[in-house]
Order: sequence, then C-alpha cells, then structure tokens
Amino acid sequence: MKGSEQKKNTEVTQTKKQAKMQDSRSVSRRNFMKAAGVGAGALIGLPRDADAFDLEEYFQDHFTELSPEEIERTIERLERKYSKKYGKAVTVDTTGPNDDVLFGYGLDISRCIGCRRCVYGCVEENNQSRDPQIHWIRVLEFDNDEVIRNINFDEGDPFYDHEEAPAPGKSYLPIACQQCENPECVKACPTTATWQEPDGIVVIDYDWCIGCRYCIAACPYGARHFNWTEPEIPADEMNPNTHYLGNRPRPHGVVEKCTWCIQRTRHGRYPACVEACPVGARKFGNLLDPDSEIRYLMEHKRTFVLKAEIDTKPKFFYFYG
Amino acid sequence: MKSVMAFTFYAVRKMLLGGSAYYLWLACLGVLIAVGISGYHEQFVHGHIVTNMRDPVPWGIFIGTYAFLVGVAAAAMALAVPGYVYHWKPIKDIVVLGEIIAISAVIMCILFVMADLGHPERFWHLLPIVGKPNLPSSMIGMNVMILNGYLVLNIVIVSYFLYCSYVDRPYNKVLFMTLMLLSIPAAISIHTTTAFIFNVLPARPYWNSAILVPRFIATALCAGPALMVLAFQILRKVAKINIEDEALNKIVEMMVIVLFVNLLLFFAEVVTEFRSATAHTIHMQYYFTGIGGHVGLVTWAWSGAACNITAFFLLLIPKTRKNRIIMNLSCALVFVGVFIEKGIGLVLPGFTPGTLGELYEYSPSRVEVMIAIGIVGVGMLVFTLLSRVAIPLTFSEPLDDNGGITATRGEPDSYRPDPMGI
Repeated sequence: MKGSEQKKNTEVTQTKKQAKMQDSRSVSRRNFMKAAGVGAGALIGLPRDADAFDLEEYFQDHFTELSPEEIERTIERLERKYSKKYGKAVTVDTTGPNDDVLFGYGLDISRCIGCRRCVYGCVEENNQSRDPQIHWIRVLEFDNDEVIRNINFDEGDPFYDHEEAPAPGKSYLPIACQQCENPECVKACPTTATWQEPDGIVVIDYDWCIGCRYCIAACPYGARHFNWTEPEIPADEMNPNTHYLGNRPRPHGVVEKCTWCIQRTRHGRYPACVEACPVGARKFGNLLDPDSEIRYLMEHKRTFVLKAEIDTKPKFFYFYG
Repeated sequence: MKSVMAFTFYAVRKMLLGGSAYYLWLACLGVLIAVGISGYHEQFVHGHIVTNMRDPVPWGIFIGTYAFLVGVAAAAMALAVPGYVYHWKPIKDIVVLGEIIAISAVIMCILFVMADLGHPERFWHLLPIVGKPNLPSSMIGMNVMILNGYLVLNIVIVSYFLYCSYVDRPYNKVLFMTLMLLSIPAAISIHTTTAFIFNVLPARPYWNSAILVPRFIATALCAGPALMVLAFQILRKVAKINIEDEALNKIVEMMVIVLFVNLLLFFAEVVTEFRSATAHTIHMQYYFTGIGGHVGLVTWAWSGAACNITAFFLLLIPKTRKNRIIMNLSCALVFVGVFIEKGIGLVLPGFTPGTLGELYEYSPSRVEVMIAIGIVGVGMLVFTLLSRVAIPLTFSEPLDDNGGITATRGEPDSYRPDPMGI
C-alpha cells in the first residue's frame, strides 16, 4: 500500500519534472534571445521603452508557441498600444476554433451585381489601410459571353469604373482568399508565419511574418496583400473589436489577407461581406453541419471552385443560383 | 594559436595598407556603398512603397539579381572540377580566386534578400532552434540554409588554404580535398534550391517547369566563368600575377559547351510554349512580344537572346575565340545576356500578367537602383579585400608593395607564403 503510494508520488513528481523541463527549455530559448537583445539594445543605446522598436515585441515567440501567460501579456501590450494610437478602447481577441466547425463559403455568381459593397464593408470591418488602399476582396468584370464559355482571368477587369453597376452585358466575379484545404501560401512561407487553423481559416501572425512576399508569389488567387508602407486608418473609422489573427492593425512590411472575419465568425456571426451584400449572393456556414445552408447549396446547386486544376481545394464555392 | 593571430594580423594589414591607387579604388567603392546606404535609408523610413514593386509584381530587381548572383557563385565550382577532380595545374592555381568570387557573390545574395524583406530584423525567425523555419516545404527556407552553408564552406576552404600557405605548411590533403569536393555538390544545391523557389509554384505557369532547374545550372556555369575570365585578366594586370592563358582558354572552352546547353534548353522552352500556345503562353508572349501596348520588356528580351547567341557563335569558331579582344567581348556579352535572361527575364514575366490577369508593368525605381548599386559595391569591396590577402599567398611571383619579387615558386601543393609581404 505504502509502496504503491510512493510510486504514484514519484510518477507525479516525474511528470511535473518533465513539464518543468519542457517549460524551462522553451523559456531558456526565449530568455537567451531576450537577454541577447536587451544587451545589444543597451549597447547601441536603444531606450528600453522605445515606441518605434519594442524589444518585447521583437523577441516574442511564434503565436502557437506562446504560453497562456505570455498570450495574456502580449494581448495586454497590444491593447494598450492600439488604444493609445487610436484614442479608443481597442480589444484584441484570441478566441480559438470551435470543435466540429469547418467553415465554408458560397457565392452565387448569377446574383452578383458588381456593386463592391462587400469590398468596402470588408475594408471597414477589417481595418485595411485606406491610404494606400488595400482591398481583400477584388471584383472582376467580364463580358457576359466570355464568362459563360470559360473564366479566363486575363479577360477580367478588376478596375472597372462605371457610374452604375451592373453595366449592361457584363458579369461579375468577386474573389478573396479561397481558404484552401491545400494552401500554397502555407507551404511557401519560410517561417511558418501563416498556417491553417482547425476550422479551416488560413491565418497570419503579423508579428512573425518577415515580409518576404513568397506567399504572394505562391497564391493562385491574388488574395494576399503586402503593407508597402505604414497602413493608414482614420481613428474614427477604426474597428476596435479585433482578433490577434485577424483584423488587428497591421504593421508595415507584413502580408495580410481575408480571414473570413475570424473576429466575428468564431463567435457565431456572419462575415461582414455576407452582411454587406444587398442581393444575398454571399452564403457562409459550417461544412460539418448537414443542416447548414452551405451544405444545402453544395448538394443542390451546380458549384465549382476557381483554378480546380491546381488542386488547392478551395473551401470557397461559386454556384449558379 | 600564435600563428593564427599572426595570419589574422597579416590579413588585416594587407587589407588596410596599400598604394594610392588601391586607396583610390577603395574610395570609389565607398561612394557606391554610400549611394546604397542612402537608398536603403529612404526605404527604411518610408517602407517598400519607394520601390516600384506592388502586389501584382511583389518581387523586382532585388530577387532577380539575387537569382543571377547565385549563379555567379558557381564560379568556384567551374574551377574546382578541372582543378581538383582532374588535377589540372593551370586551373588549380586560381581555384582560390574562384572561391573568393563565390564568397563575394553569396554575400551580395544575402544583402539583396535582406533589402527585399519587409522586416529584415526578424531574420532570426528563419533559423532553426531559435526561429521556426518551415522545412523542407518552403523552398526559401531550404535555400537560406543551403546558401549560408555554402558561404561558410567557402570561407573555411579559403581561410584554411591561405593560412596553410601563410605558415608555409602543406595543407591536410584529406581534409582539404573533402571540403573542396563537397563544395561541388553544394554549388549545384544552391542553384537547384534557388530554381525550386520559382518552379514549384503551380500558381505561376511561366516558372512551373522542371526544365528551370537545369536552365539555372546552365546559366550559372555561363555567367560565373564569364565574369572570372574578365576579372582574372584585370587582376593579372593590376596585381601583376601569373595566371596562365591556357587556364583562361580552358574556362572559355567549358563555357561554350554550357552556353550551348543553355541555348538548347531555352529553345526547347520557347518551342514548347509557342507551339502549344495555351493560356499559359501569355507570360512568354509578354516577354517577347508584349501584350496590348505593354512592351516594357520586349527590347530586353531580344537583346538578351542576341547577346547569348552572338557570344555562342563567336566563341564556337576557333578563329574568333582565340582572338583575345573578341573573346573578352564575348564573355561580356555572356555576362550581360545571362543577367537579362535571369535578372529580368525570369522574375518579371512570371508575375506579368498576375494570377488574376492584372497587367502591372514593373521597372525598378530610383531607390531600388541605388540600393542595388550599393550592394554591388559591397560585393566588389569583399572581393578586393579578400584577393588582397590571397594573391601574395597563392601566386609565386607577386610584386609586393615595394615593387620587388619576394618569393620563388614552390613545389605543387606546397604553397609558400610571401615572407616579405607582411
């Protein structure tokens, strides 16, 4: 009896020890970088709390490797920074994926009228830069007979500029991140700064991205955008409800993309573009739920995906309603 | 340990002290580097918006020149094979100079990538253990590892060789040969992984062809040797060293063969693209004929092809090849032709038109050109400094700064230092 208890105790201590060892390993790696950095910072005379160059931010680990305490500290730091910059209470959410959820998107191209309300709804919701403009959604305009025969992207015009849309004889094809199941961008990224979450959303850690733009070269859908300079968002238009992996303000020199409004959809809301669409062309839901609208559409409509031959397996389905 | 210190001291002294011509040359390089620093400062303050790269064409001359210079780094391999696999004496003499060109080229490559990165200070995210590299999936990740490995390997080879030469002791043959032979597959690997960066992307049909890998190696073995032939003749004049004509001729002969392979691969690509004429041909069309008034690269495309083809025939015919002036002109044509083919013709048409058909015509901005000039200046500086140290230790009859001949030729494989050159 006593023996087994003792054994149990040793086991507990051992697991604790192991946990501690693991912990200390990752901590020591970080501490080493941090100590080296602070030392170097002191050497070149960087102030400890420089606004432009935050050492804590610089030595922050990859998001998926942060401990809960570190995430808490990071979020606190970011919220303080953003709130100060935009003069309002900004929250940074880190809600993870829900079990049994795999998001899917449907777009009825026979309904789309090319009004671009989704484009600007997205810009406002997701804090894209206004100057220079960054648009996560791009709407291509095709001649009607062109698009019926075959979607040839070289024939599409993303820069159409009519007083009114739809223009006669034209059809429209909105494109944003296709949230591929086999994402080329994730394969390309040299630092694992972009990855696919269990609910299917491909996200970016803006504090880990080195800005090499290889993912932009790799993406077949032109869905990724680079912050060529410091993004500019007017303080009164800035959306303060943000997610770490989504619409929080981005620094210059990193890549960004559509996250299907991760800050909304992980709390059961629709993406902003779905709400903005005046003709109901945009559908969104859980592919694992047999009763969802998106499943109904997939089973009853003629759906297709863009550039199927590349086999990226988009979870963004186009259909003729 | 003492001799290592003495060697280091000698090397630094050699780099810092020289005649007025030497200082004038360093000052010229200093001007180039200053231009680069001021360009980089502008980019640092405003971001990459001061370049002409944009989302449809996210890479420009930085990555183009990078791909080209990875090829120039093949210089070392082109000499290591005849020198150390076939033990051909005239080339063995100049292998170290080839390695120095490789070191300078790889350093320029690294600087071009750093200039291209939006957050160069986060480079440590790429490193194993401290960072989180995406290996082996990401070809940039692989390339960074291999390129840095190649740099270290070449630095080790050169410094070990020069050190042995300095202390007048024959090098450890097994160790040295192992490193030297290892540098050959390493050189092939840097080209292969650089080609992989481009050709593994199904999103970009212009690159998505396996032939890109042999084309990379072929262009590399043209540009590197062409540069060497020119650089060695300049060195021979300036440093008054004995580089045998025979060695230069042999390099050129090898280059002609590779140039033929390169032209053949290029021809195969062009025929395949234009004869099958699928929607994917549009990129090559853009390069050679332009699309709807967008003809920014057409002149480059044809002049690049003309350079390579002209040089090939001039070097193929023995009569013209043996004429020193024509040979040098041809080498210059090869160098320029390969730069156009790789620095411009590889990257830009791949992005034009973009994946959604946007036709954005890129040409480098003033700032990009300034930064590129600065980086080339750094490369030339590295080459100058290293060859200052290497030349008296590698060649038997250098004239030292006092103008005297200071050492006699030793037996093959036991290289003597230059005792008075210190």
